Amino acid sequence: MTTAQESLETHPEQPSQPALASWRTVLDRLAPLAFLIALSILFGALKREFFTVENLLNIATQISVIAVLAIGETFVIVAAGIDLSVGSMVALTGCTAALLMKTPALAAHGHGWALAAVAGILVGALWGLFNGLLVTRAKLPPFIVTLGVMGIARGLALAVAHDRTISGLPEAFTRLGSHRVGGAVPLLVLAMLAVALLAHLALTRTRLGRYAYAMGSNLEATRLSGVNVGLYMTALFVVCGTLAGLAGVMEAARTAIGQPTGANLYELDAIAAAVIGGASLMGGEGSITGTLIGAFIMAVIRNGCNLLVIPPSWQRVAIGTIIIIAVLWDHLRQRRQR
Amino acid sequence: MSNVSVLEMVNITKRFPGVLALDGVSFDLRCGEVHALVGENGAGKSTLMKILNGALQADAGEIRIDGRPVRIPNPSAAARLGIAMIYQELCLAPHLSVGENLFLGREPLRAGLVDFRTLHARAQQYLDDLQCGLSSRQRVRDLGIAAQQMVEIAKALSQQARFLVMDEPTASLSEAETQRLFERIRALREAGVGIAYISHRLEEVLEIADRVTVLRDGKVAAAGLPISATSIPELVRLMVGREIKQVYPKREAKPGDEVLRVEGLSRPPVLHDIGFSLRRGEILGLGGLMGAGRTELARAIFGADRPTGGRIFVEGRQVRINSPQDAIAAGIALLTEDRKRDGLALGLPLRANVTLPNLGRVLLHGLLSLRRERQIAQDLVQRVDIRAASVEQVVRNLSGGNQQKVVVAKWLLTQARVFIFDEPTQGIDVGAKTELYRLIEELADQGAGVILISSYLPELLALSDRVLVLCRGRITGELSRAEATQERVLELAAVGH
Repeated sequence: MTTAQESLETHPEQPSQPALASWRTVLDRLAPLAFLIALSILFGALKREFFTVENLLNIATQISVIAVLAIGETFVIVAAGIDLSVGSMVALTGCTAALLMKTPALAAHGHGWALAAVAGILVGALWGLFNGLLVTRAKLPPFIVTLGVMGIARGLALAVAHDRTISGLPEAFTRLGSHRVGGAVPLLVLAMLAVALLAHLALTRTRLGRYAYAMGSNLEATRLSGVNVGLYMTALFVVCGTLAGLAGVMEAARTAIGQPTGANLYELDAIAAAVIGGASLMGGEGSITGTLIGAFIMAVIRNGCNLLVIPPSWQRVAIGTIIIIAVLWDHLRQRRQR
Repeated sequence: MSNVSVLEMVNITKRFPGVLALDGVSFDLRCGEVHALVGENGAGKSTLMKILNGALQADAGEIRIDGRPVRIPNPSAAARLGIAMIYQELCLAPHLSVGENLFLGREPLRAGLVDFRTLHARAQQYLDDLQCGLSSRQRVRDLGIAAQQMVEIAKALSQQARFLVMDEPTASLSEAETQRLFERIRALREAGVGIAYISHRLEEVLEIADRVTVLRDGKVAAAGLPISATSIPELVRLMVGREIKQVYPKREAKPGDEVLRVEGLSRPPVLHDIGFSLRRGEILGLGGLMGAGRTELARAIFGADRPTGGRIFVEGRQVRINSPQDAIAAGIALLTEDRKRDGLALGLPLRANVTLPNLGRVLLHGLLSLRRERQIAQDLVQRVDIRAASVEQVVRNLSGGNQQKVVVAKWLLTQARVFIFDEPTQGIDVGAKTELYRLIEELADQGAGVILISSYLPELLALSDRVLVLCRGRITGELSRAEATQERVLELAAVGH
């Protein structure tokens, strides 16, 4: 009896001819990248300036913060979770770092700003731990827990900043936001790429990554396989929170201020990037390369629309449409598989 | 019994991309008979029945009722024609009550509002007719699979179906529940209902069916054989197209030292003071009715649920088991009852599934080595004889039998000393069953202790060296291979009832 016939009984919709299936997998993977390239060619054809080195680096810099957030979000989404708190967390961690580096004790020291930046990242990590423990210990749905923390973090950001923008940050710190390594590549872009590389490694080549996919695919089966799901699920939220902290510090360096009302709705951009890049909110699917491509698709649309002087209102319409198309694509693909 | 053929499917052909699923298949169903449809997985049984039910459309062929051609574009059209289908995978709304499920979409109304009193009263009547002991007001999600199946049957009956299709209805029923179901099926047959009965369990087919049609590779291998004129060996030969001499392997048991001992294990209200011991090379069967506590016992030993009291010894040493991790470390493996719900990560490739409890073996300098993983998976695929395109194949796309072999492969790698199989052959075909039996016996022969839970008595009795019978969370008896008969097991299983 052949494989194709065997699978027929339960899945008549999909004959699993191996060659075909693997080709489809490749196509599914390539679809977001093909879309990104097509989009770039379109904008390049319409506007010459699009394909200048300066503009491309500009796109990368603008998306770096959201890309780092989206990478963190991918860890949680792959495990069928969600973290809505990351946008507010950017504001809270950015303001915390900004305030700390202005305190006399740290300002007096030459590298005090670095300590403050680390503290900002730690704040993100701790809130990630909080999210993770509530999800795993109290068994609350991630949506609810992080929705609550989203409000808490935004409130705390406003409280610590006394509702004001925090400016006058040390130059050594703000210079990082516009620093170009070797005079060419923006530091923020390098940071994003470094995070992406490490995250890719973590997701594909470590226990944590493998368990993330397994938990997202079937939590109970993973637990019954002897995996400490509480520990690993918590760790995923900590990764997400830590990267949100890093994104907060990057945002503060880029804008040279601590802005308690900033990073508004970044969490949705981060989730959108992951989803456009092929992550499934049902869990078990997603990749760092996909998420990165998803983030760049959004950035290219924004940049291209700006070059074409399309108003921001229509940019939102375009991005919203693409999110729906991406999920629709995912949906059709899933249906084909079942 | 009238001999008028009332429902006919003639020359049905159905093609899926790349596969001819049904090739000119004909099937007829008369009023007041049970017509069994058997065949291996992939033979086309479910496809044929889905066409009858309007869930799929045939590419060619005709369906006639009372000689008149009918079109069945969707399941509600089938329902209007008096055709009801009970799927193997139950489709009930878990948050609604039993009665609400029975009348879903056709609730009795009173002044435009749902009349719940009438609804529950009428639902209760159908439930009482089935003698299943269910209340119309119970929530479906609080019911076990067997009880949910009864709800499905009651639902079909409440739709006044003339033709009833049952796809593996006994797959998750205990022996007693099966007998109760058969009583109902016989009563329905007396009442003039035509029943198409799909099952892998040939003993049951011989017991309940009047005629049997065998499908093989999308073609009819035998059409409407009178049941009195056939036998299990003949049916098996027709199904697989070759002779399978022995479904159950014969084995000389050589039990060795004690490998597992359980003392006073309790988890009220499902387990009370369970004690037994298991030896190397021994297959210990657990018999009992649905809800007797067999699955609960397995889960408690494995640390999936925490018992309130009791001690567990592995190879004479007491072990503390608070989680599946502890159990695996102690050398215990649990192959769960429902592989789709809690056995496999269906969306992940085969290789990731088999290494899940053993990820440490795939690590090279702290990182997963995909090469090593593929190698390990490949070895297991060969050892267990999994038929998959490659180790990259997503488990969802494998057949039931191969999925179950993936579960076995996954636990082989842990090198456990105690294997607990909970309903390992549910929903898989004869060929795959035979291979699974061989695997289970091989494990025992290699010195592992095996605990086998099965509601299918012929299987339980043929494989077990010793049978423990549970009833309401207590052990009510122990039978040696010589003592263990269906009657004895059923007697002990019903002690407290």
